[in-house]
Amino acid sequence: MASELRIEKLKTALIGPIDLRLGAGECVAISGPSGAGKSLFLRAVADLDPNDGEVFLGDRPRSACPAPDWRRAVALVPAESGWWADIVADHFSGGRPDPALLSALGLPDDAASWTVARLSTGERHRLAIARAIALGPQALLLDEPTAALDPAATEAVEKLIRKLLGDGIAVLLVTHAAEQAERLGARRLRLENGRLAGPAGAS
Amino acid sequence: MTSAYIALSYWDVALAAIFLVLNGALSLLLRLQLERQLAISALRMVVQLFLVGLVLKTVFAIASPWLTLLIALVMVGFAGREIRARQERRLRGVWGYGLGAGAMMLAGMIVTTTALTTQIGPDPWWSPRYALPLFGMILGNAMTGISLALDTLTTTVHREKLAIEAQLLLGYRRFDAVAPFTRRALRAGFMPIINSMAATGIVFLPGMMTGQILSGVDPAEAVKYQILVMFLIGGATGLGVLGAVLASVWRLTDNRHRLRLDRLGGPAA
Repeated sequence: MASELRIEKLKTALIGPIDLRLGAGECVAISGPSGAGKSLFLRAVADLDPNDGEVFLGDRPRSACPAPDWRRAVALVPAESGWWADIVADHFSGGRPDPALLSALGLPDDAASWTVARLSTGERHRLAIARAIALGPQALLLDEPTAALDPAATEAVEKLIRKLLGDGIAVLLVTHAAEQAERLGARRLRLENGRLAGPAGAS
Repeated sequence: MTSAYIALSYWDVALAAIFLVLNGALSLLLRLQLERQLAISALRMVVQLFLVGLVLKTVFAIASPWLTLLIALVMVGFAGREIRARQERRLRGVWGYGLGAGAMMLAGMIVTTTALTTQIGPDPWWSPRYALPLFGMILGNAMTGISLALDTLTTTVHREKLAIEAQLLLGYRRFDAVAPFTRRALRAGFMPIINSMAATGIVFLPGMMTGQILSGVDPAEAVKYQILVMFLIGGATGLGVLGAVLASVWRLTDNRHRLRLDRLGGPAA
């Protein structure tokens, strides 16, 4: 199940070309000034914006994979989450989130029956992470996963990420917190002007 | 029991404008600043109708299928422009004009041709005296429906970008991810014709039927004609709205199941 994620000459109108290889169970943390294209990079990997280049999950090329299947295998959680139904549970495949997953994120069981309108920003974001993980992805793309969270929730999310890394899932995350990258044992890279510019802190 | 048709003199027509002139005077008096617009639009109506009367008279006299088709296409051209103008955000390039106008033309022509060849059956079937007014009524209603539907679709899809992309990211296919908003657009497009069918005969008498009755046709006959026309209008509007909305959803997404808002223009000034 565990597969590496290999990004080759990924390019959009605004960023790239970018080459990056993440081993199975490896965590890479991207930082860089705002407007450098960090979010666009993750969107391009998920094939959400038109792009050139190729991405492999194991030996499977993205171009040979229908986009919906690809996005279930390489799941992106954007910095701002979208909701289209009134009740939280309707956003989960099968209509019911796994209670164990919710409690791992510090959310009560009945969070599934909450209405989206009453969610706080932090609850929204953790539920967005939960519904992506519920897809059973082999790689996870997280855009500022803890920017909106309090310290306790941040700890819960980091603990869950470490568990997923232990299961062999590759995690590519955008974060401004150098300590977070350290806590996750991540390889740190810097993105500048749409290109990977070597290890963070080196410039 | 067909009574005589009462012909109007130009003096009668001019006299009827008295109440409109009264409105203009009131607007001046109350400083509503509507008098200019009122005057201009009234004048436009008079000029346009005289011209169209002239054109129709000529076209009826010449009775050529090609000329009839040409007039129909000109009507489509104007209605297509109207659809485009009524959208706040429209697809870039020829799509912004082409999708709405194309769907309207296709639906209108299919329905009009079918009605002319099978139900109404003038001789020849394309006789401009029947084809053009019928096509015009159908086109006008399809135009209203399509412009409402497309305006709803593009505005909603633009506003609900996060919700649509959230679904795409969870592995939804493009038509599924946009489905709630497609439905909303279709409902907006169908509403005018549904309302007008429901209210016809109770709240108002349709213009065509009123016209026939005024010109001396037996009300029962006028009603039959009106029902036929309502069915045709409903059918064409439905087909046109469905075609225009589905084609726009197709254009607003791509085969890698992405939302392509880059194909949508900014808000109209």
